[in-house]
Amino acid sequence: MTALLLRDLRLAIRAGGGFGLGLAFFLIVVVLVPFGVGPQSELLSRIAAGTLWIGALLACLLSLDRIFALDWEDGSLDLLATAPLPMEAIAAVKALAHWLTTGLPLVFAAPVLAILLNLPPAGYGPLVLSLLLGTPALSMIGTFGAALTVGLKRGGLLLSLLVLPLYVPTLIFGAEAARRGMDGFDTTTPMLMLAGITCGTIALLPFAAAAVLRVNLR
Amino acid sequence: MTLSVHNLSITRGGIRVLEQVSFVLAAGEALVLRGPNGIGKTTLLRTIAGLQPPLDGEISVAPDTLVYAGHADGLKSTLTVEENLSFWAQIFGQGDIAPAMDSFDLGALRTRPAGLLSAGQKRRLGLARLLVTGRAIWILDEPTVSLDTRAVEMFAQVIRTHLGQGGATLMATHIDLGLDQANTLDLTPFRASANQLDDFDEAFL
Repeated sequence: MTALLLRDLRLAIRAGGGFGLGLAFFLIVVVLVPFGVGPQSELLSRIAAGTLWIGALLACLLSLDRIFALDWEDGSLDLLATAPLPMEAIAAVKALAHWLTTGLPLVFAAPVLAILLNLPPAGYGPLVLSLLLGTPALSMIGTFGAALTVGLKRGGLLLSLLVLPLYVPTLIFGAEAARRGMDGFDTTTPMLMLAGITCGTIALLPFAAAAVLRVNLR
Repeated sequence: MTLSVHNLSITRGGIRVLEQVSFVLAAGEALVLRGPNGIGKTTLLRTIAGLQPPLDGEISVAPDTLVYAGHADGLKSTLTVEENLSFWAQIFGQGDIAPAMDSFDLGALRTRPAGLLSAGQKRRLGLARLLVTGRAIWILDEPTVSLDTRAVEMFAQVIRTHLGQGGATLMATHIDLGLDQANTLDLTPFRASANQLDDFDEAFL
């Protein structure tokens, strides 16, 4: 399993691996928002938390279709399926690798970009914590979606349509936690709900992803 | 360490392609599957490898003895030859990749990214993977595609050594590798007679 994780991380940082694409996309989305809504700092700081969360979610979505599609194209998914690794472990490791290369950099980039959106100082802590708790769920749900669409030509768009509705609970509680933190309210409840969603997806979705992968490999 | 297949029926895309296939593959033996295109050689090999469930019949084999190599080599083009091979060695819990590199004469290509290899070199690397798995029964689908005569001889020598060490090989191939221990199984008599499904649901499986 460590070997698979290391291979995926290594592939991500080699040429054409797509590391940094999500981050660059996140940067551009967040920079474009002030151009779109105008330079009123009051309005910007009100929408800062939501914008950062939506940006992170879209950036996460960008690299999802690579999770299994590349391994499927070059035949390594077949070989991995017949290797001594359980399929559930493969799905979980792939999700972890995706989070490490996409989700985690977003968590670190968010406070820097929050300055552009004039986020009130009280909001930084809750924003980073909510992203840290929420982005693993985005990667895990996305891995499940990628498993569903593996083997489909041009499956990327279908993947987005399948996965975005599943992202709604994470987005609601994540953005709510960041917003409440920004306004100086107590964030315990949305944070706990967010953590619960993440734990639930990590507990259940590797099994679901493994089941659909087995069907798709037939 | 015997692979035995009993009355196996298999489907491809919901259509029954082969039925009542039975054979036994013992240690030290090679079995070559033959038959016209589309008869179901690949499907049979994938079923035995466990990638798809059989429609009917039994496959009995000790767990963790099979390794499958399909049409695609499963190489990562941005990883070097050595990294590709080490990855599979680690997945299968094996340590040393040097014998596999030597057997397929990959030493000089060690640090080259797999994406820059020729088709034949890629295939050699794909076949070298078999040696780092430490598995006894090799399930090979057209292993000699794009190999030149020298590489085919290299491959035949690897198979001979593997059989000599008590391994076994089940392969679909159209060329003669000159193996003494090889039996041939022609799949033509097992072609499914009626391409109708008993169960409507199977059309969607």
